[in-house]
Amino acid sequence: MNPQLKWKFIFILIVILLCIFGLVGLPEFPTSFAAVKQNLAERIKLGLDLKGGSHLVLQVQVDEAIGQRCDQAVDELSKQLHQKNILFGEIRRVDDTHILVRNVDPATSANFRDLVTTQFPDWTMAPAAGETNGYLLTMKPSVVADLRKNTMDQALETITRRINALGLTEPTIAFTGRGDNEILVQLPGEGDPTRAKSVIQAGGQLELKRVADDQPYPSEIAALGAHGGVLPPGAEIVPGKGESTAGSPAPAQVFYILDRAPIVTGQDLRSATTSPSTNYPGQYQVDFKLSTSAAARFGPFTETNIGRRMAIVLDHRVYTAPVINGKIEDSGMIEGSFTQESAQDLALVLRAGALPASIKYLEERTVGPSLGADSIREGVRASLASLVVVMIFLVIYYRLSGVNAVVALILNLIILVAFMAYAGAVLTLPGIAGVILTIGMGVDSNVLVFERIREELRSGKAPASAVSLGFDRAFLTIIDTHVTTIVSAVFLFLFGTGPVRGFAVTLVIGLLANVFTSIYVSRAIFDYHLSHMERQAELSI
Amino acid sequence: MELFRNVNVDWMGKAKYFVGLSLILLALGGISIFRNGGLRYGIDFRGGTLVYVRFSGPPPIDKIRDGLKAAGLPNSTIQGISDISNRGPQSDVVIGLEQQGQGDESLDAGKQAILDVLHKTFGTPDAAGKPDFNSITPSALAALLTQKDPLNLGAAAGDRYNQLAIKLAAARDADHGGIVTSFDQLKNVEGATPAAITTLANNFSLGNFTIRNVEVVGPKVGAQLRRQAILATLYALAGMLVYIAFRFEWVYGAAAVIAVFHDVLITLGFFSLFHYEISLTVIAALLTLVGYSMNDTIVIFDRVRENLRLMRREPFPEIVNRSINQTLSRTILTSGLTFLTVLVLFLMGGEVLRAFSFAMVVGVVVGTYSSFGIAAPIVVVWHKYRGQGAAISAGSAAEKRVAAVRR
Repeated sequence: MNPQLKWKFIFILIVILLCIFGLVGLPEFPTSFAAVKQNLAERIKLGLDLKGGSHLVLQVQVDEAIGQRCDQAVDELSKQLHQKNILFGEIRRVDDTHILVRNVDPATSANFRDLVTTQFPDWTMAPAAGETNGYLLTMKPSVVADLRKNTMDQALETITRRINALGLTEPTIAFTGRGDNEILVQLPGEGDPTRAKSVIQAGGQLELKRVADDQPYPSEIAALGAHGGVLPPGAEIVPGKGESTAGSPAPAQVFYILDRAPIVTGQDLRSATTSPSTNYPGQYQVDFKLSTSAAARFGPFTETNIGRRMAIVLDHRVYTAPVINGKIEDSGMIEGSFTQESAQDLALVLRAGALPASIKYLEERTVGPSLGADSIREGVRASLASLVVVMIFLVIYYRLSGVNAVVALILNLIILVAFMAYAGAVLTLPGIAGVILTIGMGVDSNVLVFERIREELRSGKAPASAVSLGFDRAFLTIIDTHVTTIVSAVFLFLFGTGPVRGFAVTLVIGLLANVFTSIYVSRAIFDYHLSHMERQAELSI
Repeated sequence: MELFRNVNVDWMGKAKYFVGLSLILLALGGISIFRNGGLRYGIDFRGGTLVYVRFSGPPPIDKIRDGLKAAGLPNSTIQGISDISNRGPQSDVVIGLEQQGQGDESLDAGKQAILDVLHKTFGTPDAAGKPDFNSITPSALAALLTQKDPLNLGAAAGDRYNQLAIKLAAARDADHGGIVTSFDQLKNVEGATPAAITTLANNFSLGNFTIRNVEVVGPKVGAQLRRQAILATLYALAGMLVYIAFRFEWVYGAAAVIAVFHDVLITLGFFSLFHYEISLTVIAALLTLVGYSMNDTIVIFDRVRENLRLMRREPFPEIVNRSINQTLSRTILTSGLTFLTVLVLFLMGGEVLRAFSFAMVVGVVVGTYSSFGIAAPIVVVWHKYRGQGAAISAGSAAEKRVAAVRR
């Protein structure tokens, strides 16, 4: 064998060994077929459509967080204006990023401008159009962008903590979509995502607030009416579940007047656990412990408010409003007809922390494990069956050269699968489509070369030069067809969504492998064959 | 073995028949799409809910329909899936529900409604205090086995019940298609002793249906996915056009892209004729056929480019004819083999791949045909038009083309 050919074969051998290593692994080289299968299953990541599981796309309502920031600024600004005795007509939020202050007293307008520029650096100020002495405050775009990013990061972190606490295997939680507010959650093997969904979506904002009026009201209007139609300053009306009193059934919904400022919030929690309810047998409750600093506030508060009510507010809804019977240091509980599971879920959500904004589901797909198993089996069976048919045909039609093509095809598949294992790429159903196109183009490359060699042989060339010419002539065609398809696959990857991308990834890898096997490897085998052949012998093609 | 040798067909002389055939096919597809009120989009692109249910017996479609009607869901669709790979008496039914309202309510309202109807119509085994074995997850199964301890392992059980639960669930899902009708069917599972089977039988019931697959897509996402799929495909086509224009001449690129576009339109027409829905997987199939058809066209163009150099005195249509004839053997072989592959996939690939492989079966035929029936004639017509306009002899025009190619 000439030295050049020897190096070619050594290179091909190295590639094959690397691929086999990628697929079955060392140092524990598998000894049985079952072990090979096991290793293969471990190394090839299957998509949810093949493995079964849940796929959720959710949207974080980022604008809520921005609106909240705006509300805080309105509160803070009006407080400061009062403190500094700056007179103004009205202050209100126009939309999520704009605040309008009307009729600022011209005598103090210099103070006003000074206050805004020094104390509110996140805002730009301009005279409001169509207003005399009115100012429009706009949240700086950079601040809005930061806030969006932080909200998304925090949402992702919180969701990750919650899902990890659920103890599901290998979840994927990642940003997705072209918009900047979508999160993808994939839960392999999870046949029913109902529980995970409610845990993800739970707001988890816990607040303990003082109840201003000891009496709950049947409606908002009644609550306002008790105060002559105007809410006391620093108070708010919050809906809650009715509690049954002696002799009368619990109303569906009641309204409480609460202090707006919470005494403690979810951030002050040190732990949250569940236990069987002491008051309601058969139900469960969530017990929580406060951090030291929160306890320092909570203790004195409960001491001075013995006999009054305190509301436990979760996601802007009063769960319970128990009467404070004595000084409470650092522990409390939430009860409200929980089952063991719902109590556990709430405790989990409280431990993981609150979401920065609420969440809406956009997409939910669940593939049952039996369907996934069917898809794999049927897809693999069909692919193998057609591959065998194609290979038999190639051998009949091209004889020994057909064997060469079969070797190239098998090697192509091995490289494709091994590369996917190395790159950690996920095989999905559309990915199988990519594999099929790869096989099709692999067959095509070989057929192109062989037909070309036959043509050259027909025109009376010797085998060696026919092979050489055949490969050279087909080379350009193969490159053109492959590059065109790779170009399109790259575009599909850049602009496509999930399944389309899966298709593009397998296709690109498969086509690169194809160029290698159908030109380089196949040529090397031909050359080897030719170098061992009698000069006048006929080529088996 | 050789099938084709020295073929000599005047392809370009028949070009008008090809164009006529294409127009008829396009018109047929267009009329079908028009009569069906547009293409049938799957849940992916339309928004809505799909629930795939497998029943242990024949599909009780009438019962489901009555149940859905009683629940106030008359807009639902019910479709039985017949499949040659279906085993035994089991049957699959797809229940679909259009997206209702503007999606402000909870996304899975439709799914819950369908599940409620199924449980109401076919009984809720859970209600009897025995969970349904056919819808239990391996982890819940393991928890119950650990609690009952049928193998009397006590504290030594360790991981064994988890392993057993995984194996039992795998047997149910892989060997029995997700639905077990008698606990005896689990006898052969490794580690499932008679005591374990008895424990299962005492603590579980066997529901007569199981949920195989649920898809819920919000309406906004549907529109977004549709737009994105179309955009991605258009960009991919533009990329191909630029590359071919760079490697050949721009008219070759345009011809190839028009041919591929023609293939996609005809395939979509066939989808409408045969009442298949267009889902994201079908998009992958359309992309596959785009790649395949493009491949076929380039092989012919490549040969034309080569022959232009060798046959300078021949008229251009003759060169194209010769190129098609020379590559015919390869075309028939490759297309035949690919057709065989996708036909096997269509027949054996199961329900999930059905629409996908249908697109491929149609696409391979149309894609092969369009290379010589559409793409090549476009290039020929363009050359004729340009040749007349510039009034150059065939020979010098060919030289000019060669120069253009060599650049």
